[in-house]
Amino acid sequence: MHNEHSDTHFQSRIDNGEHIEAKDYMPEGYRKHLIRQISQHAHSEVIGMQPEGNWITRAPSLRAKQILLAKIQDEGGHGLYLYSAAETLGVSRAELIENLQSGKAKYSSIFNYPALNWADIGAIGWLVDGAAIVNQVSLQRTSYGPYSRAMVRICKEESFHQRQGYEIMTKMMRGTKDQQAMAQDAMNRWWWPSLMMFGPHDTDSPHSSDAVKWKIKRETNDELRQKFIDKTIPQAELIGLTIPDNKFSLDEKTGHYKISPINWDEFYRVIAGHGPCNKQRVDHHIKFHEEGAWVREAAVAYKQKHVKKELETA
Amino acid sequence: MTTKDATYTYTLRLGDDALILGHRLSELCSRGPILEEDLALTNVALDMIGRAQALLKYAADIEGKGKTDDDIAYRRAEINYYNHLLIEQPNGDFAHTIARQLFVSVFEFLFYTELEKSRDETLAAIASKTIKEIKYHMQHAIDWTLRLGDGTSESHKRMQTAVNDLWMYTGELFEMDEVDAQLMREGIAVDLIPIKAKWHDDIKTVLSKATLLMPEDTYMQTGSKKGIHTENLGHILSEMQYLQRAYPDAVW
Amino acid sequence: MATDTQLDLWEVFIQSKSGLPYIHAGSVHASDNKMAIQNARDIYTRRGEGTSIWVLPSKHIVASNPDDNDMLFDPSNDKVYRHPTFYVMPEGAKNI
Repeated sequence: MHNEHSDTHFQSRIDNGEHIEAKDYMPEGYRKHLIRQISQHAHSEVIGMQPEGNWITRAPSLRAKQILLAKIQDEGGHGLYLYSAAETLGVSRAELIENLQSGKAKYSSIFNYPALNWADIGAIGWLVDGAAIVNQVSLQRTSYGPYSRAMVRICKEESFHQRQGYEIMTKMMRGTKDQQAMAQDAMNRWWWPSLMMFGPHDTDSPHSSDAVKWKIKRETNDELRQKFIDKTIPQAELIGLTIPDNKFSLDEKTGHYKISPINWDEFYRVIAGHGPCNKQRVDHHIKFHEEGAWVREAAVAYKQKHVKKELETA
Repeated sequence: MTTKDATYTYTLRLGDDALILGHRLSELCSRGPILEEDLALTNVALDMIGRAQALLKYAADIEGKGKTDDDIAYRRAEINYYNHLLIEQPNGDFAHTIARQLFVSVFEFLFYTELEKSRDETLAAIASKTIKEIKYHMQHAIDWTLRLGDGTSESHKRMQTAVNDLWMYTGELFEMDEVDAQLMREGIAVDLIPIKAKWHDDIKTVLSKATLLMPEDTYMQTGSKKGIHTENLGHILSEMQYLQRAYPDAVW
Repeated sequence: MATDTQLDLWEVFIQSKSGLPYIHAGSVHASDNKMAIQNARDIYTRRGEGTSIWVLPSKHIVASNPDDNDMLFDPSNDKVYRHPTFYVMPEGAKNI
């Protein structure tokens, strides 16, 4: 009779394609890896509300304003689904927030870039959400049940985000010379960081092998990055955007695009905290968290008073 | 004035309230006291902007000069906006945001319940849809007023300050002029006198339950019906209108 | 000053249409009942996914222990006589 609390039994469940649920036995490494990955994903969604939030008050039409608000609301919602999933692993959201604010936990480096013109909102939706979709579709089959279910929900909502972004880019490329210039400028600034979203090359990725063994990660960084490149370049060309890479080409034999080498110096520099917005993003998060403390305390105090009142009249 | 002109102005007033309040609430995105509340306030903002769109589109139709809802929203000068002064007050701290929501949503619930009976079919239809949203906004505002008023001593103090600060803008909600008078005769507009009494009672009940004091009546600020606003509106419009003004030929 | 919390954790169940089961959708943070319902509505029903919501504080959920799966669930696997397909009906039998 096998020991159901053994790592061997756990691995055979994974290999059989079973889902692991919150109360099931799991190796400590699996739990830790998931907490790190899920919470970083959650933090990314929440931090991601900031660059897009930068343009809400300047959204140039009522339709655009509603769409942008709905999209950012979804991002917040995705953060919530993911914090929920992380909390099933025995960690509290308060703890996760503390880790984000202290710098102990990371979030996707893409959100350390600024949103400088309205076309950035298009680029973020089309490229950044586009890249996220490639990653997230794959994660729907992740082994941890709560994470997989959160990803299924997220994927359903995500596709409008990418369309919203592409629609903005299309309108601007079909618009005035000024609009076209803004769109190309946004493309120039968001293309390479979006490719970096998939993480280092497979050969340079420290956490990858465990993640694959435990079916947390279903495809490699490079596989996902290639998927994104192959679907996005034709979309760019269709609306007249230039890829900011003078050496990219289509390999007729494989059907895949080849690109110039990625500037990994920039990637590591931004992760290390020297991106244009790192400090601003975390400072913003801390500021509103602190400003909100009295509100949260009031909610708790009110509830305690009223529970007490109920007990007194019972 | 003609019914058409009066209805145009009346509709613009309602549309501007929704437009400017929706804008104020949208400023709070990523700034909420807890993530769930961020989403809650954004939802209210979305409801308001949707309502603004419906009302401003109707105003454009009435005007009959081929303008769109965006033209009306983005291309007027400050003196041609008719939102109430209360609406354009800054979000301030969460207590100020909630106090403004309380005063506005209780008013709007009472107002739109009556507007649903309007002889103007479009306004009546918009009112019908709006009431469902407003019920939620009002419930949300009342619940938070109770939590903050009857929470900690800090939240109580902040909420009382907010209620006191905004009180001087509440009188304007019940002002009526010749536009209202004419449209009331035609069964289109809402009589605000009975609404004022009801509003006072409702607010008194909520504030009392929240252990807050109702401020003494004071001189009520006024001017929005003539397009005379506080300094706040200029800044709101500078941001809102920026892209449309900077690129007047562009389509977004 | 009280220790900062993100309020309490609540589990959310949504019924998409009347007559259908309530399905677990995830969790939200809230302090009281009303806030929990409103938050659940704002987080989990933005696309018309529901007509009814149940919420309860997560601490009230009692879950079965996976270690007990053998004893809880295996014994029902061999009681095939609970299924209608186990029974042989004479040919021509109707309405049974």
